[in-house]
Amino acid sequence: MFPKPIEKSHRAWQIGYQALLPIAMLLWLAPLLAVALFSIRPDSDFSIGNYWGWPTSFEMIENYMMVFTSSMPRYIMNSFFITIPTVIGAVALSCMTGFALGVYKFRGNLLIFFMFIAGNFVPFQILMVPVRDLTLDMGLYNTKTGLVLFHIAFQTGFCTLFMRNFIKALPYELIEAARVEGIAEWRIFWFIVLPLMKPAIAALSVLIFTFIWNDYFWAIVLTQGENAQPVTAGITSFNAQFRAMYHLMSAGSIVAALPPVLMFFLMQKHFIAGLTLGAVK
Amino acid sequence: MAITTQPIPPLAKQSWYRRNEIAVTPWLFLVPGLIMFAVYVIFPIFQSFRISLYKWDGLGTLATHADYVGLANFEKLLTRDRAFYTSLWNNLKWLIFYLAAIPAGLFIALFLNQTVRGIRLYKSLFFFPFVISQIVVGLVFTWFYDPQYGLFNGIIGFIGFEPINVLGDPTLSTYGIIAAGIWPQTAYCMILYLTGLNSVDPEQIEAARLDGAKGLRMLWHVILPQLRPATFIAFVVTVIGSLRSFDLISIMTNGGPFGSSRVLSFYMFEKSLSEYGFKMGYGAAIAVILFLIMMVFIGYFLWRMYQDEKAASR
Repeated sequence: MFPKPIEKSHRAWQIGYQALLPIAMLLWLAPLLAVALFSIRPDSDFSIGNYWGWPTSFEMIENYMMVFTSSMPRYIMNSFFITIPTVIGAVALSCMTGFALGVYKFRGNLLIFFMFIAGNFVPFQILMVPVRDLTLDMGLYNTKTGLVLFHIAFQTGFCTLFMRNFIKALPYELIEAARVEGIAEWRIFWFIVLPLMKPAIAALSVLIFTFIWNDYFWAIVLTQGENAQPVTAGITSFNAQFRAMYHLMSAGSIVAALPPVLMFFLMQKHFIAGLTLGAVK
Repeated sequence: MAITTQPIPPLAKQSWYRRNEIAVTPWLFLVPGLIMFAVYVIFPIFQSFRISLYKWDGLGTLATHADYVGLANFEKLLTRDRAFYTSLWNNLKWLIFYLAAIPAGLFIALFLNQTVRGIRLYKSLFFFPFVISQIVVGLVFTWFYDPQYGLFNGIIGFIGFEPINVLGDPTLSTYGIIAAGIWPQTAYCMILYLTGLNSVDPEQIEAARLDGAKGLRMLWHVILPQLRPATFIAFVVTVIGSLRSFDLISIMTNGGPFGSSRVLSFYMFEKSLSEYGFKMGYGAAIAVILFLIMMVFIGYFLWRMYQDEKAASR
């Protein structure tokens, strides 16, 4: 293990390290902690200039209730209705493309694989005008469906990269043995490969959930207004409504950031497996 | 449905599908994904190239409502548009300074790669900034920099400096935003390196220790070579992330003050979809240039991956 395990060093150094950890963490998260502190302050603290001192009273419940009675819950529901179908769609499509590219040898295999990878890295702006037109033409502008369709298509690039590499690492003998038995190819997919892909599906789902939840660019390009916009875009109108009311804006930001944070803490192992693209074991 | 094992009929009697199953199946599995990807990603790239040759306000269709202007959009961009060069220059700043997230991530990973009690929680908390959306990161840092009540000015005031309005100063705004972007990106690189450090070969470390290597020499000659896959991915995601920067700029300064913090991705959006008018053709031309810049990196990544594929299939 590198660096040298701390247990093997001086006692003083060990205590020093243990003391350093919380300090470093507080410094690292200071900007976020500041916002958390803002979100429980009363309005009056800001007018008397008490930004960093002890709050004159704790208004956590009141501030957060204000957030939940604004249009925020609408935006959050929109985010869920955009994120969950995207996760399902992109994971389903990429299970199939990943299976095709990971198991079969055919001409153009690597070419298609690289096309998916390259597409996943292109700047959004090169797609913006045509995708917006396409969505308008289909009558899906300013709908959740329009946003979901695009997200599914775009995320398929990244998901295919992930799934293909995962399937490629499965023991190929399993598939050969099934073929010798005369099992149809689609059954090999359904009954043999798919059950083995569960960890990859879990990892990708958590990751895509976070990516889509946090998307802002496509939200402002393809939607406007309360009925379709996700919370990342909605928070700007929320802030416009409560301009200069920092206690409410802070509380709103924290509420908007919460779902992916919970997702991360609940599914940490899968999340990290997903982030490393399976390439760093 | 139960799997019934029937005797396999002789080849001639089998259906066409059954005979060609292994050749046809991959394409059947690819079709839905390929169609979606082609419609929403591949074709739009070519369409953007085409739109960049037109003067178009986005109304009607390209064929009926737009004027073909050839390369005039590019000519104007490259010769007469100072805002374009400001954006390009800022993109370069992003690209260079954003890379600091890689050594910073490595540093934190080395700091946290211990097995003391509660270390798992610390690792998650250090990773935290990456999980929250860039919009929230942007808001948090806007308040952090606020000249009146921000923590940043609280700290430098405590040391004895005059307050600085980071985001209101044309020479500082871009650096202020980059610093905000480095925060979550460092967390990402940290997690890549933590996973990489887990798989470093302990025998090699022991052998190097017996040879008297330690500290920085050990890191440079023994550990870093083994972390190359992690470094490669960290490099890929950081470069792509830096060229994609949009959310933070949009939230923190909206390109200002005086357009000083624009980058190409933001400038393109502003030209195409802002209150200043819908210049789709001009916007598409900016997007094409950004795309070509990114293709240099994408090409390099693909080439590296191709080498790995070749090595793996040998």
